[in-house]
Amino acid sequence: MSEDDDRSPPSDPATKPPRPCAAGILASGSGGGGGVGGCGGGSTSVELFPAPFPDQVLENVLESVLCFLTCRRDRSAASLVCKSWYRAEALTRSELFIGNCYAVSPRRATARFTRVRSVAIKGKPRFADFNLMPHNWGAHFAPWVSTMAKAYPWLEKIYLKRMSVTDDDLALLADSFRNFKELVLVCCEGFSTTGLAVVANKCRQLRVLDLIESEVVDDDVDWISCFPANHTCLESLIFDCVECLINFEALERLVARSPSLKKLRVNRFLSMGQLYRLMIRAPQLTHLGTGSFGTVDGMILGDQEQDYAPAFAACKSLTCLSGFRETLPELLPAIYPVCANLTSLNFSYANINAEQLKPVIRHCHKLQTFWVLDSICDEGLQAVAAACKELRELRVFPIDAREDIEGPVSEVGLQAISEGCRKLQSILYFCQRMTNAAVMAMSKNCPDMVVFRLCIMGRRRPDHLTGQPMDEGFGAIVMNCKKLTRLAVSGLLTDRAFSYIGKYGKLVRTLSVAFAGDSDNGLKYVLEGCPKLQKLEIRDSPFGDAALRSGLHHYYNMRFLWMSSCKLTRQGCREVARAMPRLVVEVMDNEVDEGAIVEDEVEILYMYRSLEGPRDDAPKFVDIL
Amino acid sequence: MSKENGKHLPESETKLTLGLPGETRGPTTEVGGKSGTKRGFSETIDLNVESSSEKQHSKNSDHDDGFVIDHEASASRPPPPKAQVVGWPPVRASRKNVMKSCKFIKVGLDGAPYLRKVDLEMYNSYHQLLTALQDMFSSCLTIRNFLNERKFMDPVNGIEYLPTYEDKDGDWMLVGDVPWKMFVESCKRLRLMKSSEAIGLR
Repeated sequence: MSEDDDRSPPSDPATKPPRPCAAGILASGSGGGGGVGGCGGGSTSVELFPAPFPDQVLENVLESVLCFLTCRRDRSAASLVCKSWYRAEALTRSELFIGNCYAVSPRRATARFTRVRSVAIKGKPRFADFNLMPHNWGAHFAPWVSTMAKAYPWLEKIYLKRMSVTDDDLALLADSFRNFKELVLVCCEGFSTTGLAVVANKCRQLRVLDLIESEVVDDDVDWISCFPANHTCLESLIFDCVECLINFEALERLVARSPSLKKLRVNRFLSMGQLYRLMIRAPQLTHLGTGSFGTVDGMILGDQEQDYAPAFAACKSLTCLSGFRETLPELLPAIYPVCANLTSLNFSYANINAEQLKPVIRHCHKLQTFWVLDSICDEGLQAVAAACKELRELRVFPIDAREDIEGPVSEVGLQAISEGCRKLQSILYFCQRMTNAAVMAMSKNCPDMVVFRLCIMGRRRPDHLTGQPMDEGFGAIVMNCKKLTRLAVSGLLTDRAFSYIGKYGKLVRTLSVAFAGDSDNGLKYVLEGCPKLQKLEIRDSPFGDAALRSGLHHYYNMRFLWMSSCKLTRQGCREVARAMPRLVVEVMDNEVDEGAIVEDEVEILYMYRSLEGPRDDAPKFVDIL
Repeated sequence: MSKENGKHLPESETKLTLGLPGETRGPTTEVGGKSGTKRGFSETIDLNVESSSEKQHSKNSDHDDGFVIDHEASASRPPPPKAQVVGWPPVRASRKNVMKSCKFIKVGLDGAPYLRKVDLEMYNSYHQLLTALQDMFSSCLTIRNFLNERKFMDPVNGIEYLPTYEDKDGDWMLVGDVPWKMFVESCKRLRLMKSSEAIGLR
């Protein structure tokens, strides 16, 4: 899913446009007799002239044309042209995207868009992933599913990200949508294997069940056995995040009776042997998640070596490989047959070193997406740079996420990647030390960069060669990467870095800041300089009320602003809330922190535009100003 | 992400254990001047009496902090300068948890047809490990504890086994001689050796 956002909501979507009397014509058909008629007995609005039926024709034409408009920003633009276009667009929108579940109510959304087949809803802000948001904050799926159950009986697809979903919600979903086809849950929690069982059992047309980085409670229910007994429509089954034992025999039978299955990502409780048995039943797979890629439950059978390469070789369509949760490096050669065709490889759970990586990566000429652990070191990254000339996205995760350790990757790896992978568009790089020079090199070598996220894990760490702040490096990124829309900064940064971002980051939509800046000016530069800014998350930076005020002109254009452990006061936040009635200003404390908190100090500010005003499901620890 | 360690269990304040050689935990190494310094003979006896509360405590945190607690037992100790903060670095918990459990080693029992595998990261003491091993080979073994010794015994035929391990240098050592953390670091594989064969190790 992209991170695109809607424009500001129209000023009053709830008002129904007045119906022209030509509406009477609608009942009799577009080409039918014009003139008088159809407007209800005794109505004074009876037309004396032929009813303008071309309006209806125009609307039909418009609706037909709008069906081809898929991009939601284009659709929103079309809806603003006039009331008739607004109406036509609302009737023809089949994919609904709700970027913030509290920005609009389910009732309002379903009232405007009545013919939706696919819904995407996002809930908590990203910092919730790192325990910065207290538990039970909200983002409940329940009100959405109960409203949609009545409004969208023909709903086919649901995508949820960072929402709280219960088994009851899943049961209602399974009961309400006869034609339900796709369920994708990303970073969600609150449900269990019971909920999965209900979906598997009742959604007979289910094609996609994707559970990605979600927390699933183990209810000891054998949900794999609950899929339809005859052949299924399954095209994608992803459950690598599900930390529960599953019934392998049932899974094997399921795969055997799912001829359309193209994507299968199993969890780490499956051994290589079991994976092998699945693969030989599904050579048509395009996406495979290998589970452990080793052994499980402690059983290693003597010296028996099964050759798994043929199973991989048989999957001639395989382009996307992941899993590798407990990799036995000696088994890696099994994947050589597929490397040349891979466009995506996720080694981010595989604790392998450079020597173990090299024989694999040098075959991966077509690789576009690569996720890996820093255990491969700078040397491994150099091998990637040498082999993967088509690389678009790279993510390097830390195997040891502490601050004060040596760290296996550095500016050397980043430099190598920038020189070898010129088409790079997206990077997430965790490291312990970095230099401005390497970041600047990347800004020049990779002009297509859209997403640049550098996490120097030591807080406020300067360029380790020059001792300088990292201002110039990040400045070069915003200056040279003209397509940049997402930026995450780290290391020692002064207000200067933010002045660069404000001056050059004209397309930046998402900005993530931690332990950076000197004064209010830093935030001011950004709020005043970045017209496209929509999502701003800041932690532990010295920005206060004055800085907050400097964004008043822009907050209605943003999806949200998160500021935690900054220098905000309640009074300052209250002033913003008063100045902007359509903004919901939530203030809360993170329950984890101890120690005396100064009375007026705000620990967490989370504010977002909304048509609905303060939500009614806010827990006690949330204060809505 | 691990939470700041503000909570101590009373029992663990009285536990004396060593820091890992080379462990970079700042002022936790103030005692004795550097990490790895022995604090006294009590740590060797102590291995027998670790309680389940220690396991509970350590389970609550994401990093090896068993030593931080001990060194902070003294009130005059200043807090570590860079205490871990909530949510930093921004790595999701599911990623961190998975990375934790990658100290898998093979375990062999002399005479048994299959090797087993254990994840040493899952345990916090010798007692826990040995209990787990006993469960794993439950058809064959029970633990017999003597003071400062660990043995397994097959009740059926009376054969005694000693837990031994191969360390980084390739030497076979008796399990239990070094502090737990040091053992986890250096252990490459485990072998439950018949007592009769273990003469050179005693």
